[in-house]
Amino acid sequence: MESSLATPPPPQAPPPERKAPTRAVEGSATWSLLDRLGLAFCWALGLLFCAIAVGIVVYLFLQGVKFLKLSELTTPAASGFSETESGGFSDALFGTLIVGTMGIALALPAGVAIAVWLVEYGRPAPLARVTELTIEAIAGIPSIVLALFGTVIFSSTALGFLSRSNEGVVFGRSFFAAAAMLALVALPLIVASTRQGLESIPRHVREASFAVGKTKAATTRRILLPTARPQVATGMILGLGRIIGDTAIIVVLLGATQNFAPVEGAPFPLDYLRGAGTTLTNFVYEASPTGNLNQPQKAYAAAFVLLLMVLGLNAAADLVHRRARKAGTWSH
Amino acid sequence: MEEELQPEYGPKWSDQRVERMLGALVVFVVGLLLAMIAVVFVRAWPSFAHNGLAWFGPGGDVDNQLQEISLSGQNGLNYVWTFHAWPLIWSTILITGGAVICGLVTALFISVFIVEFAPTWMANILQPVVRFLASVPSVIYGLLGVLILVPFIGNHLITQGEKASVAGVISLTGYSLMAAVIVLTIMIAPLMVSIFSDGLRSVKPGWVEGSLALGVNRWRTTWKIAVRAARPAIIAGTVLAVARAIGESVMLAMISGSTGWAPNPADGLIFVYEPSRPLAPTIVKNVDQLSSPPANATLFAIAAVLLFSAAFCSFAGWMARRAMRKYGAA
Amino acid sequence: MEPLTAPPPIRRLDPQDPTPAAEAPATATSFVAARRSIAAPQFSIRRMEVDDVSVHYGAKEAVKRVSLPIRQGEVLALIGPSGCGKTTLLRSLNRLTELTAAAKLTGSIRLDDVDIRLIEPTLLRRRVTMVFQQPNPFPMSVFDNIAYVLREQGSRRTKKKVLAPQVHSALQRAGLFEEVKDNLDHPALKLSGGQQQRLCIARALAAEPEVLLLDEPCSALDPQSTAVIEDLIVKLRDDVAVVIVTHNLQQAYRIADHVAFMYLGDLVEYNSATRLFNTPAQARTREYVSGAFG
Repeated sequence: MESSLATPPPPQAPPPERKAPTRAVEGSATWSLLDRLGLAFCWALGLLFCAIAVGIVVYLFLQGVKFLKLSELTTPAASGFSETESGGFSDALFGTLIVGTMGIALALPAGVAIAVWLVEYGRPAPLARVTELTIEAIAGIPSIVLALFGTVIFSSTALGFLSRSNEGVVFGRSFFAAAAMLALVALPLIVASTRQGLESIPRHVREASFAVGKTKAATTRRILLPTARPQVATGMILGLGRIIGDTAIIVVLLGATQNFAPVEGAPFPLDYLRGAGTTLTNFVYEASPTGNLNQPQKAYAAAFVLLLMVLGLNAAADLVHRRARKAGTWSH
Repeated sequence: MEEELQPEYGPKWSDQRVERMLGALVVFVVGLLLAMIAVVFVRAWPSFAHNGLAWFGPGGDVDNQLQEISLSGQNGLNYVWTFHAWPLIWSTILITGGAVICGLVTALFISVFIVEFAPTWMANILQPVVRFLASVPSVIYGLLGVLILVPFIGNHLITQGEKASVAGVISLTGYSLMAAVIVLTIMIAPLMVSIFSDGLRSVKPGWVEGSLALGVNRWRTTWKIAVRAARPAIIAGTVLAVARAIGESVMLAMISGSTGWAPNPADGLIFVYEPSRPLAPTIVKNVDQLSSPPANATLFAIAAVLLFSAAFCSFAGWMARRAMRKYGAA
Repeated sequence: MEPLTAPPPIRRLDPQDPTPAAEAPATATSFVAARRSIAAPQFSIRRMEVDDVSVHYGAKEAVKRVSLPIRQGEVLALIGPSGCGKTTLLRSLNRLTELTAAAKLTGSIRLDDVDIRLIEPTLLRRRVTMVFQQPNPFPMSVFDNIAYVLREQGSRRTKKKVLAPQVHSALQRAGLFEEVKDNLDHPALKLSGGQQQRLCIARALAAEPEVLLLDEPCSALDPQSTAVIEDLIVKLRDDVAVVIVTHNLQQAYRIADHVAFMYLGDLVEYNSATRLFNTPAQARTREYVSGAFG
């Protein structure tokens, strides 16, 4: 070592009243008052958000426990004057399940296919640009506008087989109509999520597959999509959440009814699917004080069931996310 | 992938065939969107044509006008077209504007908090909370608004004197601008938070570090450098939130008051207690009238305005992000 | 190394005099230096003292018990193969390591005989500024990049006109003013790489620091820009203590007055540049400077 280290100045003992701070990150103690007020505002808003979320869950849970009866889940709505006479909302519950299944059945393949095309093919380039814009536009279109558009296409005689028709006049409101439009609501979410998943797969993975003589289609099906499965699943869950949470399309395209209205003469599943129906969101809307039924207790009960579904979906998304992270990925 | 070099015995799912099929689907979806735009505007045209620019202006009671339009279609003799949508448009502007401004401030602070300042345990709580709030169906927000917030405003915030002062004109019950803005803010802020915090996380660490290394504290570094660099994401999130707010129909139909009334800021602060009804809930509330041709056209005209506003927002956001690229922040 | 350009001149201080005059009359005459040395004992030009410093990242010890003086009026180069802890040591000099929660520092670093852990980090970082490997100008105009530092130090809303002289002088010290004086409003990210790095140096100088830390400032640049920046660094050493991390041995040879060679977290040898490169005391150093490993 060089001699210049030989005579260091005697180290100053730190003043006894101040301990050397060991905190890893700079604290806010030295900030100006305005900065500290800002941070306090951050905390206040964060706690407020938590309080709102907890409030919603706890309140609906309490109301649900108070008003939800098992019989309500198994009996359809009936006309009656009081809350005890008017039945339950089993049709709405099944309606939500039907709409969710059908909507995802339509949106998932279409969304994945569009994402695959965008990431893996994307030719001609202008069409890819237009497609991106289209998906973005669909995400920004109010669902009530989609619903109105749905009334036009599904009232056309060509699509009369998808709903009830009477002397040439097509009713245009059915599970088919609602599910088709709800699929459009879910589509952008699935496309975006799947795209993200595909884009995060490094090039060399594709090249490795091509190098052993696989076609692009086979590579996509056997390698890329399985790899992107967590993102596809996340997109699907988000899409499903939007589908079962949407009310505007249901109100417009599923018919203003609280019961299934199957079309007579059609074979079993089709008669229900071609007919009008209801979902939990629609039931909550109609049973709220501003709706036609005005049964707030049942509205709470149905809202509680709906909230449980949403919480379940959130938990599922979390699980997928955590599993995917545990599975690891290529180092970039 | 040269297309010319097709193998003689190609697999059944050859690349070309798959590409053609996927391409067809893509073209179909693009076509669907174009068809929708065309259909909405064609259906809307009669209403615009009969009213001209007065469609957007004030004049008369908009609820009465809607009723007469529907009735005339039911009777089928002389269609009535007169429709002056200003109260609905004004309500949309007030509610959307109010909620987006509140949501923007809230979301900015919360996303800055989550990304930069919250201790890990707090961030781990807040992130699922934000995701949850974003996924609660709007009808649940509407229900809670109707059963909790609206009575609270009606019974505790609005004084008897205030109710009496406007008694002859409009009744203040709690279904109000204020309720609508509060609930809509809670609905759209989480959306913004998720996009903002993605933007903040992808700010180049070099910028933040560079600023810290110059002796600027973390708070100011975050706002001056990170938030600034994340502006494109902030605009994108805000545009999405505006689109969502403009298009929100069911929740607002439940708590905005559903009255074709234009709250007047000139009345003083009391105007936040006044009921109104934006454009989108108007469609939901009158959806039974779709079979009446003039009402059908009027509702599609409202839809056209919504569609145009949503498109305009996206376009404005796109322009703003382009302008920002100048400084390399994109 | 750079075949297309003439070899840059060796710019270090008189090789015969490895430790510059302890009284440092030359530096004390400059106004800035005089102002700065009020806090420091007049007889010493040591600005910083690294005393028995170790840095741990969890179980990994990145820097092992290093002691070094940092003097004003000279350029200190930290050399060594990548991953040897030189950047970590540099970053701990203005407490940037603290941003990594896992990093633990033991030992003491003193600035003008005050332990830097007792100096509020933002104040410390204004006195000990840093320039990074990748040029990182903020996404703003050239002017605003420098004005940002000044604005954040003073009152928030300072008029452009008031700040202009300070901004100009910072740009002049970094030798960038002539090149950008007509387009101060242009985006900083549109400058060339070398200009961006000099802008970053100007930004670091605008804070009026006492110590300037440079973390491989030329590794992302072409030979011409490198020569310009080396020139600049040598000019700066009168006013500020300069510490530069580099893995370019030629660069260290050209501009450094003292060189510290680190290997796997250990300070293997600290010596004047002439001695370290010509007559290294340690076998490891000899192998490294003769290109045996790295």
